[in-house]
Amino acid sequence: MSLTRATLAKDLRLEWRSKDAINSMLFFALLVVVIFSFSFDPTAEESRQIAGGLVWVAFLFAAVVALNQTWARELRNQVLDAYRVSPAPANSLFLAKAFGNFIFVSVLEVLMTPLFIVFYNLRALGPAYQLPMVAVAGTWAIVVNGTFFAAMSLRTRSREIMLPLLLFPISIPALLAMVEATTAILTGEASAKFWIVLLVAYDVVFTVGSLWLFETVLNAE
Amino acid sequence: MKRAFPILGVVTAALLSYALYEALVVAPTEATMGDVQRIFYYHVPSAWTAFLLFLINFVASVVYLIRRNTKADIVALVTAEVGVVFCTVVLITGPIWARPVWGIWWTWDLRLTLTLVLWLIYVSYLVLRRFSSSGQTPLLAAVLAVFGALDVPLVYFSIWYFRTQHPSPVIGGGGSLDPRMGRVLLINWAAFLCFAFMVCWSRYRLEHLHREVEEMQALESMLEAKSGSAS
Repeated sequence: MSLTRATLAKDLRLEWRSKDAINSMLFFALLVVVIFSFSFDPTAEESRQIAGGLVWVAFLFAAVVALNQTWARELRNQVLDAYRVSPAPANSLFLAKAFGNFIFVSVLEVLMTPLFIVFYNLRALGPAYQLPMVAVAGTWAIVVNGTFFAAMSLRTRSREIMLPLLLFPISIPALLAMVEATTAILTGEASAKFWIVLLVAYDVVFTVGSLWLFETVLNAE
Repeated sequence: MKRAFPILGVVTAALLSYALYEALVVAPTEATMGDVQRIFYYHVPSAWTAFLLFLINFVASVVYLIRRNTKADIVALVTAEVGVVFCTVVLITGPIWARPVWGIWWTWDLRLTLTLVLWLIYVSYLVLRRFSSSGQTPLLAAVLAVFGALDVPLVYFSIWYFRTQHPSPVIGGGGSLDPRMGRVLLINWAAFLCFAFMVCWSRYRLEHLHREVEEMQALESMLEAKSGSAS
């Protein structure tokens, strides 16, 4: 646990000083919002129908930017090799990285949500208190698999392209759940309960899977 | 073993032509859909074969993760490749059948979407194998296969809730299938399985030889480097 905290603090401090990931994510998501907004120019009613999809696709694409940088800085100066030979449990390293990414993507979401509301003229007709639940479960779904696959794609050629190719197919059920839950809440036409339960199930399954297999991947030779 | 391969080839060819004859000539014409329905004898056996191959891939991947056995890795690679081919056949014949019968090429129905997602996962599996550096490929691929298998029930439930509107009537709809059609279907499936097995087998031997050659070359270059530095 202390290793998790130390690594997390280190990553947050690095990010606080450079702001590389957060700036590129923010700008990328902003571009997506603007481009979608003027290419569709939806009315308030239409945007309620499509906003769930737009928001999550924008966040998913933007998250890939941060996820790609997760392990890259550990490659310089062979930091990752040092982790491997150290007796520290691999999973605490994984959790630190996943929490770090979770914080980055959450910050992005908090900053971008007002923009979405402004550009798409959004107002939830359903129970809005469920939206943060969807956001937390959905972000963790993207981040836990993303962190894991980023570690996997470290060992491939052209790893920046590899990550989305691995992440997106597996994330389809999670993405569907996030989009459908958000749309259900915004339009108020259906209940989002099933989707939230599905998201939580997804989170549990892949958190356990990642923790179970991460050590194998980290030590792959 | 070497002599068995040509025999298997002949059996497969005979079985495939017999199955083709059965499917196009012997099988009764479906009452409402007409001759288009005969694509069923290719569509369904391909799907079953693809799913079976993906299942074998998953088992082989788990075996590899536990035992680190090269043979299991080659089996996983081969079944994924051939499975993707059969899955592609399913995804192509599906719309060709759906268009005249349902009036649409595609619908986001449970089975279609599940097949498409499986196809996507296994294509990304093959891309990973292609892109990763040789030593770690088997391990990373096995891990991805396990993740893909974890994903399948989640995909299933998400799409099941998303929409379930379509076609139980044709398959597994409770005895609605003419027994003669069922027989032709099974003959076709047997032929497809033989064919898939044959392709997998030859691909397995090829991959095995390929790895042996690679090992020899690595060994040779090591020896050369050694003798070079010695002289």
